[in-house]
Amino acid sequence: MSKTIKIDGVDVPFEDGQTIMDAALAADIYIPHLCHKPGLSPHGSCKLCTVDVDGRAVSSCTMPASEGQQIANNTPALKEVRKTIIQMLFIEGNHLCPSCEKTGDCTLQALAYHHDMLDGHFPQFYPRRNVDASHPTLIIDRDRCILCELCVRASREVDGKNVFAIAGRGIKRQLIVNSPSGKLADSDIETEDLASHICPVGAILIKDHGYEVPIGRRTFDLHSIAETDLEQVILKKTVHHDA
Amino acid sequence: MRKVRVATTSLAGCFGCHMSFLDMDERLVGLLEHIEFSRSPINDIKHCEPCDIGLVEGALCNADNVHVLREFRQNCKILIAVGACAINGGVPAMRNHFTLEECLNEAFLDEIGVDNPHIPNDVEIPLLLSKVHPLHEVVHVDYYLPGCPPPADAFVKIITDLLEGKEPSLPREILHYD
Repeated sequence: MSKTIKIDGVDVPFEDGQTIMDAALAADIYIPHLCHKPGLSPHGSCKLCTVDVDGRAVSSCTMPASEGQQIANNTPALKEVRKTIIQMLFIEGNHLCPSCEKTGDCTLQALAYHHDMLDGHFPQFYPRRNVDASHPTLIIDRDRCILCELCVRASREVDGKNVFAIAGRGIKRQLIVNSPSGKLADSDIETEDLASHICPVGAILIKDHGYEVPIGRRTFDLHSIAETDLEQVILKKTVHHDA
Repeated sequence: MRKVRVATTSLAGCFGCHMSFLDMDERLVGLLEHIEFSRSPINDIKHCEPCDIGLVEGALCNADNVHVLREFRQNCKILIAVGACAINGGVPAMRNHFTLEECLNEAFLDEIGVDNPHIPNDVEIPLLLSKVHPLHEVVHVDYYLPGCPPPADAFVKIITDLLEGKEPSLPREILHYD
């Protein structure tokens, strides 16, 4: 007999070793998330996948599922908490969507739409971080980086390289490149690497490929964030930009 | 019945939000049966009178912007931050990456083709703020209308909601930041 947890009153089966997020995604239940990507080790930095488990707030991407858990995922209070987290991410960086090449294809932005975010609420940080345009085909705009470490994990766990890391403490934490000069050009990253493509926001971009998709045909013009994230898990082919 | 009075202004804006407002086209005719305009770039009224709704586009980039915003806040029962600039500084806030001195030197002293290079210093010219700021860092803002610019439908929706005494809400189709 398979074990189950209950998410918003629905019985969800799981196997030992699965997290709440794993079980939810396998059952086509969407829990908002930003730093989590199936296939990479969980991270627990974005906190958007916070759910209530038996009355206690936990990150569903790192919390193991266990028999009989009563989990709340879709409550007004959780939506408000998640929206506040997204607002904190927006004001911490320079998320000027009107001039960003990733607009319409950006997971952070799509999550903000999903949570009906109208403003940043908090005072802007307006950080002044460095752009690294040294690489022939890639560019890093650190003002948009949300420190999800997807690029760090993709490089280490999938590409078999060690191109990125996060350095510094507190609000000064930022994405660094593990090359002697600290420049991306002096690392062994290649355009085909997963780390080059995995950035969910406009922080790591492929050069000369901005604004190619007409407005109305971009990923999140056509799909909700819940659809795209669930499709990736059940390995349906996503048809983002065509037809 | 008294018409609802609306004031509008552009601070560090591009007037694009006003153009998008006018993009409601013939719907403006119907709307004018319910609203009338106080100070706005589309009329000749010099100062904001006591109003029901104030629509403010653009961020704060100079002293005059702050002055005008405060006048709007004092006179408008409901103040709406319209567009990306008013909400988070928008594209003009990209100058926050540089010092004010660097910006002024680039524009008035160092740029190619500058004749008689000097930084304008007449007292008539409002001084620039050291950084660009969104509205809510200076006054209380009641509602936000995102977009660069917000679509005409969003203007229609928020004003209609307010006229009907409802809490404004934006459906997903007309909510975007770009």
